[in-house]
Amino acid sequence: MTTGKQSSRSPVAQQPLSQDMSAEMKALLAPTINSRSSWRELFILPLAAMFLAMLIGALIMMATSVAPTTILQSFIAMADGSVGSLHAISETLTAATPLVMAGLGIGLAFRAGLFNIGAEGQMIVGGLATAIVSFSITGLPIWLHLPLVLMVGLAIGAIYAAIAGLLKAATGAHEVISTIMLNLIAIRLLDYMLRQPFIQKEGRSDPISKAVLDTATLPRILEFLDGNLRLHGGIFIMLAAVAVIYWLLFRSKLGFAFRISGENPGAARYAGIRAGLTVVMAMAIAGALAGLAGATQVSGVLGRATPGFTAGIGFDAIAVALLGRSHPVGILLAGLLFGALEAGGRQMQVDAGVSIDMIGIIQALIIIFVAAPLLVRRIFPPLFRERRRGAEHHD
Amino acid sequence: MTDPRPNNDGTVRLVDWRAYVSGGVLIALALIVALLLDTPWDAVSTFRISRPRDVWAVGNLTVPSQWFNVVASILLAFLGTRLFLKGGGKWTALALGMGLLVLVIAFLVWATAGKAISLTGMLQATLVRAVPIALAALGGILCERVGVINIAIEGMLLAGAFTGALFGSLMGGWAGIICAVITGGMFGLLLAALVITYRVDQIIAGVVINLFVLGLTSYVSSQVFSEYRWLNKASPFRSFKIPVLGDIPLVGPVFFNQNLFVYGALILVTLSTYYLFHTRHGLRARAVGEHPRAADTLGINVIKTRYAHVIMAGMVAGFGGAWFTLGSVGRFDENMTFGRGFIGLAAMIFGRWHPLGALAAALVFGFADSLQQKLSILNTPIPSEFLSMAPYIATIVVVAGLVGKARPPAAIGKPYVKE
Repeated sequence: MTTGKQSSRSPVAQQPLSQDMSAEMKALLAPTINSRSSWRELFILPLAAMFLAMLIGALIMMATSVAPTTILQSFIAMADGSVGSLHAISETLTAATPLVMAGLGIGLAFRAGLFNIGAEGQMIVGGLATAIVSFSITGLPIWLHLPLVLMVGLAIGAIYAAIAGLLKAATGAHEVISTIMLNLIAIRLLDYMLRQPFIQKEGRSDPISKAVLDTATLPRILEFLDGNLRLHGGIFIMLAAVAVIYWLLFRSKLGFAFRISGENPGAARYAGIRAGLTVVMAMAIAGALAGLAGATQVSGVLGRATPGFTAGIGFDAIAVALLGRSHPVGILLAGLLFGALEAGGRQMQVDAGVSIDMIGIIQALIIIFVAAPLLVRRIFPPLFRERRRGAEHHD
Repeated sequence: MTDPRPNNDGTVRLVDWRAYVSGGVLIALALIVALLLDTPWDAVSTFRISRPRDVWAVGNLTVPSQWFNVVASILLAFLGTRLFLKGGGKWTALALGMGLLVLVIAFLVWATAGKAISLTGMLQATLVRAVPIALAALGGILCERVGVINIAIEGMLLAGAFTGALFGSLMGGWAGIICAVITGGMFGLLLAALVITYRVDQIIAGVVINLFVLGLTSYVSSQVFSEYRWLNKASPFRSFKIPVLGDIPLVGPVFFNQNLFVYGALILVTLSTYYLFHTRHGLRARAVGEHPRAADTLGINVIKTRYAHVIMAGMVAGFGGAWFTLGSVGRFDENMTFGRGFIGLAAMIFGRWHPLGALAAALVFGFADSLQQKLSILNTPIPSEFLSMAPYIATIVVVAGLVGKARPPAAIGKPYVKE
């Protein structure tokens, strides 16, 4: 925090730097795709992290008395279920689509110096709004109805996240607390709404919404090959989102404002960037992406809203954003990796009888090894010799 | 958050607009109480205090519902108007807190109009439900006072709950508690190693620990517990009455007829308050959280202090986690802590990083929790989902209303590198 004047317009600018990201975080968020970061940094580190995570995962399986042959079988099943067949690849991409979109939102907020834990709640309200619009409006052609429901999900997600942004801008309420609370509120709201007569499926007593109309369903794009391939048009939306966010962050004025606010709030203030507005905008865009992720899940995969339809994707997306170092391309790759783990995990549960929760453990371990370069370097020193002093090199 | 505003006499005074917002909120609450919570004029709310079998039985507390409602709305309106006219200053937070309390009581009176509920039972449940939140907040305080953000509290609670159930089933309740405390401490050590030695970003490390614990406990519970059920069948601790004190009406059942975890939480809050604010070591710990460089210059070992406190915080959270299994049902379910760790962090901010404040905040959450339970019995027209939302909304309102005043330790979130 800069000393001196106490009468800034917004409490965000007044927050001490202690609430901002540490140097470590900034180093992590340094653009992954720039000429100075070595290819080791980009590929060897995540690969080493993955190898270590799998190793520890295997140890945990051993500890829970899973037979060694079963452990081997489960890793084979994981590979087979993620990239082993066309069906596996379709499942991987289907799982990756919402992860990447929500991850983009979280990564963008990270860049602006905000920690958005609220993707889960934003997905819930976005998906719920999508579901409501998708069956309550009838008689529209698909080229009108489908964009409409996706836009509604996007808008509602944005508004929901903007609440946390506004609170931070106006009162300085920490976004971590407010987004966590908004998540919990969203879960309750979903449970309540699914019991309302205009939403609940006719003749059902359990909370489940009516089915999404055909005119509001994202078409399955590989249906001509095989009816069971679940890959839907949402993947194009996801790829477009990656491109748009890349442009926004690195080629637009607004993205510059985000990045400079995250890097150095003091400098941002002197440059005349309005801190409060930046916070609200960053949260709104993050929420829009999460809402869109919820919308594509409802419209493309599930075809309805159910309690807990987000299945923790909003929290996994935090991990995706961290692994992708908040860079759109990195998030795309990280999302594909997590989607592959997710699809492979389902196969593993079927083939080897090992619980899919193992995947959660492996994912957490990958993040920690990527987030702690020091740790990985210490375990695998030969891979990282002949290093110049880098930004994240403290020794 | 203050804007210079010219007065009529040409001087400039600072207007705290947060006071305006809080005042507006309070007046809105007054309107809500006056218009929405009205009951017939002859209705009476009855609160039972003693059970017929009690040693010193006391009569019931009866409140004329509508009169109370009028008084409550006048009180809220007064608080709100006062904020508007006088500005807030240090009273904003207090007025807001009082206003919320009045609102909750008014709501309770309205819900029980023409009916009767046991006030003692409700307060007893309040304390029980406040325990994990208070312990989570205490873990957060011990961490943050030495300058380490602890988002991992949720994971530590879950780990404590899990090991409490597992070892409680294998070796009995006390062993379960000890193992839960040790496990919590281990995760504290892990967090400390990551953020202090390896300088991983503290929030990332916390999130990752949460993910890891959630994955691990869910994995074991679906992989192992589903087959070997006897591993997940601990006998929970029953409540025991402290002689004489337990017989005092109202106070007795609430404070002196509880289980080990409630007593433990109250003792831990007292101890940590004494430690942090009345001992030399506590002062040193707080110095490390405020200005590590200065503390280091004076010969305090920053790294060691941080390690010790983060591990302690983990132990406290582990004990709090054991409450979920050994303090209630004795069985572990996937993700059974369900965000209580985060609510504990909110309670920590509420209570301004002070153990007693955090306990008070935890009691508010616990009260909301038990209120929701009772109201489902009372058949109010309000959907239960909205009642369970109320504490979260209250948290947002209060955190937004307080933050200007609640200042975290200055060195929070920054790794310390000796130069």
